[in-house]
Amino acid sequence: MQAKKRYLILFSAGVSLILLFYLQGPASRRTPNRGDDPHPHWPPFSDPLQAFIPWDQTETEDYNVRASPRHKRDDNSGASKCRMDSCFDFSLCRRNGFKVYVYPQQKGEKISESYQNILSSIEGSRFYTSDPGQACLFVLNLDTLDRDQLSPQYVHNLKTKIQNLNLWNNGRNHLIFNLYSGTWPDYTEDLGFDIGQAMLAKASISTENFRPNFDISIPLFSKDHPRTGGERGYLKYNTIPPFRKYVLVFKGKRYLTGIGSDTRNALHHIHNSEDVVLLTTCKHGKDWQKHKDARCDKDNAEYDRYDYKEMLHNSTFCLVPRGRRLGSFRFLEALQAACVPVMLSNGWELPFSEIIDWRTASVIGDERLLLQIPSTVRSIHQDRILSLRQQTQFLWEAYFSSVEKIVLTTLEIIQDRVLQHNARSTLMWNQLPGGLFTLPQYSSYLGDFPFFYAVLGVKPQQKFTAVIHAVTPLVSQSQPIFKLLVAVAKSQYCAQIIVLWNCDKPLPAKHRWPATSVPVIVIEGESKVMSSRFLPYENIKTDAVLSLDEDTVLSTTEVDFAFTVWQSFPERIVGYPARSHFWDSNKERWGYTSKWTNDYSMVLTGAAFYHRYYNYLYTHYLPSSLKSMVDQLSNCEDILMNFLVSAVTKMPTIKVTQKKQYKETMMGQTSRASRWADPDHFAQRQTCMNKFASWFGTMPLVHSQMRLDPVLFKDQVSILRKKYKDIERL
Amino acid sequence: MCASVKYGSRGPALIPRMKTKYRIYYITLFSVVLLGLIATGMFQFWPHSIESSAEWSLDRRSVHDAPLVRIPMSSPIPERGDLSCRMHTCFDVYRCGYNPKNKIKVYIYPLQRFVDEVGVPISSTGLSREYNDLLSAISDSDFYTDDVSRACLFIPSIDVLNQNSLRIRETAQALAMLPRWDKGMNHLLFNMLPGGPPDYNTALDVPRDRALLAGGGFSTWTYRQGYDVSIPVYSPLSVEVDLPERQPGPRRYFILSSQTAIHREYRVELERLKEENGEALLLLDKCSNLSQGLASVRKRCYKGQVYDYPQILQESSFCVVLRGARLGQATLSDVLQAGCVPVIMADSYILPFSEVLDWKRASVVIPEEKLPEMYTILKSIPHRQVEEMQRQARWFWEAYFSSMKAIGMTTLQIINDRIYPYAALTYEEWNNPPVVKWTSVNSPLFLPLIPPRSPGFTAVVLTYDRIESLFRVITEISKVPSLAKLLVVWNNQNKSPPEAIDGLSLDQTHMVERSECINKFASVFATMPLKVVEHRADPVLYKDDFPEKLKSFPNIGSL
Repeated sequence: MQAKKRYLILFSAGVSLILLFYLQGPASRRTPNRGDDPHPHWPPFSDPLQAFIPWDQTETEDYNVRASPRHKRDDNSGASKCRMDSCFDFSLCRRNGFKVYVYPQQKGEKISESYQNILSSIEGSRFYTSDPGQACLFVLNLDTLDRDQLSPQYVHNLKTKIQNLNLWNNGRNHLIFNLYSGTWPDYTEDLGFDIGQAMLAKASISTENFRPNFDISIPLFSKDHPRTGGERGYLKYNTIPPFRKYVLVFKGKRYLTGIGSDTRNALHHIHNSEDVVLLTTCKHGKDWQKHKDARCDKDNAEYDRYDYKEMLHNSTFCLVPRGRRLGSFRFLEALQAACVPVMLSNGWELPFSEIIDWRTASVIGDERLLLQIPSTVRSIHQDRILSLRQQTQFLWEAYFSSVEKIVLTTLEIIQDRVLQHNARSTLMWNQLPGGLFTLPQYSSYLGDFPFFYAVLGVKPQQKFTAVIHAVTPLVSQSQPIFKLLVAVAKSQYCAQIIVLWNCDKPLPAKHRWPATSVPVIVIEGESKVMSSRFLPYENIKTDAVLSLDEDTVLSTTEVDFAFTVWQSFPERIVGYPARSHFWDSNKERWGYTSKWTNDYSMVLTGAAFYHRYYNYLYTHYLPSSLKSMVDQLSNCEDILMNFLVSAVTKMPTIKVTQKKQYKETMMGQTSRASRWADPDHFAQRQTCMNKFASWFGTMPLVHSQMRLDPVLFKDQVSILRKKYKDIERL
Repeated sequence: MCASVKYGSRGPALIPRMKTKYRIYYITLFSVVLLGLIATGMFQFWPHSIESSAEWSLDRRSVHDAPLVRIPMSSPIPERGDLSCRMHTCFDVYRCGYNPKNKIKVYIYPLQRFVDEVGVPISSTGLSREYNDLLSAISDSDFYTDDVSRACLFIPSIDVLNQNSLRIRETAQALAMLPRWDKGMNHLLFNMLPGGPPDYNTALDVPRDRALLAGGGFSTWTYRQGYDVSIPVYSPLSVEVDLPERQPGPRRYFILSSQTAIHREYRVELERLKEENGEALLLLDKCSNLSQGLASVRKRCYKGQVYDYPQILQESSFCVVLRGARLGQATLSDVLQAGCVPVIMADSYILPFSEVLDWKRASVVIPEEKLPEMYTILKSIPHRQVEEMQRQARWFWEAYFSSMKAIGMTTLQIINDRIYPYAALTYEEWNNPPVVKWTSVNSPLFLPLIPPRSPGFTAVVLTYDRIESLFRVITEISKVPSLAKLLVVWNNQNKSPPEAIDGLSLDQTHMVERSECINKFASVFATMPLKVVEHRADPVLYKDDFPEKLKSFPNIGSL
């Protein structure tokens, strides 16, 4: 009993002690600070404080006594640095839109292959004009890419040659491309001639010399960079968790002395030859032995042990340290290899920084904090690695994979500045399918494009517009077009039907068209050419377009079902009869087949749903050479549309189920005048395929083995339970 | 218990002596502890009379009690701001160091009253209400540290929000006298009204060495991209007037101009637009008949008709924000608050927080010389976009403009994002209003990839007892050529694999349980992420009249 009491007392004393410590603790810990500093926090002041802007001052800036605001705007044009407002003549672009003129090439003037690629990319683009009077932007015929005096590509006497250009006008509205400037030892960013008011599209440009919203930072690309198309990114599938064999790798030259050598010289501090592999070699130039330091032999030996390609493909992060100049080739290599670039180049204005949010595709390090880089990259969460990696692939394919893309991106950025309030938003540049496929002239509203529904949390409209392409005159009431009109009009989702009258006969009278519950609008094609079926007509107000041939046979159920499928895939073509492409290795060319096969890569636009934005893209994005080819042949327009949509989405089209009889119709057995019966028709389509593939620089079509059927399609359940019964009934 | 029994069994003779000795000892110990406890309690909960007698009382502090500092005439003046400053040249990143939270530490200098040699203060207003709000908001935030040696960013308590009330030379000298000034390295100044008559520079005229400037009204000529932060001009109406959010939609007026200090050339042009388009435009100006006073600030007039400002802003789809003598206008804040889409006409103006905010989604920027075309330009914007912009404008105000606290926190977050770019907020986090955040879908696998067959797939078989069907599944699935790995998840913790119980799917409770699961999951996701579709993916030639031998997936159709 006694002992029990004692323990109780001991216990309560212990509890009190703990309590005491607990209560006293924070108080005693707080007090010393109070002693040191009388302001642990900003104190609340009790006295009434004045507003920073007295109410009688709010609107009394004595502005009205000043000279015209127009004068104030013009004041800045004398400044040495340029902005669009002060150094660019917008009025040139207002007359004819954004057109680019390239000075004709002169004999005897040598032009490097890279610059030749740049010029031909411009000449092949829809911005090109051969008339300087129409141009808004001028590009030189003189190779300004390499301004390193020690380089064999260096063009001499550029200064006088440029001054002799009659349209030079102190560089106003001129665009100058440059990859290398300055030379050993200081590598300045001076081009060696007076650029005047010209804009610079330059690689390795520093933030100090960069004139924001005037100059453009372009990536450094090698002379082997393909002109068009370009290789796709190396990422074939996502791995989860996204970690690879190495965490961080680098392999490159080390400059022993001079500008920019510090960073690479220090890399060995964080190299651990396990998962952080940073290799440098001292071997470059003729007299590297002279500057050789104590580490060189060891570094060189380590350098030869690893294969660069192997490291690139098996690393999560790739270091991109500055070289002599701020940018290096490592950047594009890492981007293509889906190896997240870790920038280590202080003051480098990153490529296309005006539009690309590089934080979503790279890790921006600080040369001063090199030693923290390993712990920084290790701290990045795997979800973020996954998204960084995918973004590298998107950016590579959208803006960097070919010279043409780099040049077009440069031009589009300038065009955005000219368009001002109509320019693309950040989202359009940084989300699939990228700025080159998202034309801001179509609409400034993101919800008008098929690509941003998910991001904005909106849905496409619940209605569609049918566009029937009519080429034969109306003779009898039993013509397929009448049946088609009635069937489509019965669909609950149909908003209106547009008949595009591309027949040589005059428009039939209004009463000859069947009476339908939805409005039927007849448009007479002006030029009556094939491409006009994809014109972005103003009458099309709905997001979805159902493109139809006049001899298409479709039931209302089929239309309804296909439309519900399209609502799930608004950025793709959803249609019925499918075709396929293949590589004919004997003939070394692409082949086209309409055979029943197990896969397909196109659906015919004689009966297909797609977003109306593709009408706009077809008309305004594709070059006139391809469109006129289609018009001359009166063929291949559907192939071109499929090429375009697949190039944008990088995904196959979607085939939905259809009634059997449709196939026979399409093969030209019932309709007499069908163009499908023409024997040349098929051969032409082969030719088209190859022509299109060469313009796109690659084969954009993607195969699919999937067909979308209604959920209970041909299942052993009562037909009454099926929503789309008619599709099964033959 | 055991111990006490043992103890008790020892010799009873010892106990009385021991007891008294222990008792005294324990009582002493207990009372000491108790006293200590009481003393601590008093200390903790007494209204701090012990300490604060020596210092200012917490709730009765006055700015007039702040220490007075006299600036000698010859005190050094900092250099003018260096236009080539960037984070990697003028900012000492070592002070921020590596920290696992990726948050910068901000120190605020204690308040001092600076006067020149003859005792005239350097600023006519001293500490303004807004700057005080800003500093106390920062002091209450996660960024704040009171330890000067750990700080990465320093904020002077010298108020430079309004250049008009400053004596420039003396203010600069005061800055240079700050103990950690060090050529302005890592110092952040907040300024909303830069420049003064007649030229109105677009950045603060106070020489400030390398200090960062959070300025309202930067132009592209003075803004150091990636170094300075462009901030809005705070509108005092934000707190005075409570404007409830209005649903986006069409409004009574199409365009509204509410500013009073518009250059006469621009007013003439606006009036011409009004003549052409009539009722769609509302052109307001100062009320000439009202007496000057605080109330007149809240009124606007058109031809003798009086309107309440800023309430009238809610009646228009678009609201004009023209440059004044300065580029930054407090009107922008009022317009955003009203959910009216600002039409910004101020050439070369760097929009507030343009480093992170996508202004294209909330405003229309038109060059000043296109003022006559304003009506046509705005008419060409689709309705749906206008509604989205109205919503976005209001959201920008709520998140980034509504108080000095919001402005201060946004500025610090932007600087924080530069120092820890790998932990920066994303575009979506900055720009998507809550409505969009809830409804939008951002797939973690967004890249359109069609993976090759080569790595194959992993099959995961979830099983609960049924061995027989499990083996059947395993034998069937292992025939698939692209199968890379098969993973069986044995889900019964109580039984070992061999025993088999049939009829799980026949069990009626099974479906009920699954419905309950769905409801539970939906409540966790706060929405129903599953979508109903009416289509099903089949092989291309599924059930088609076609030789089975030639089909890629013949079994699917025939089963």
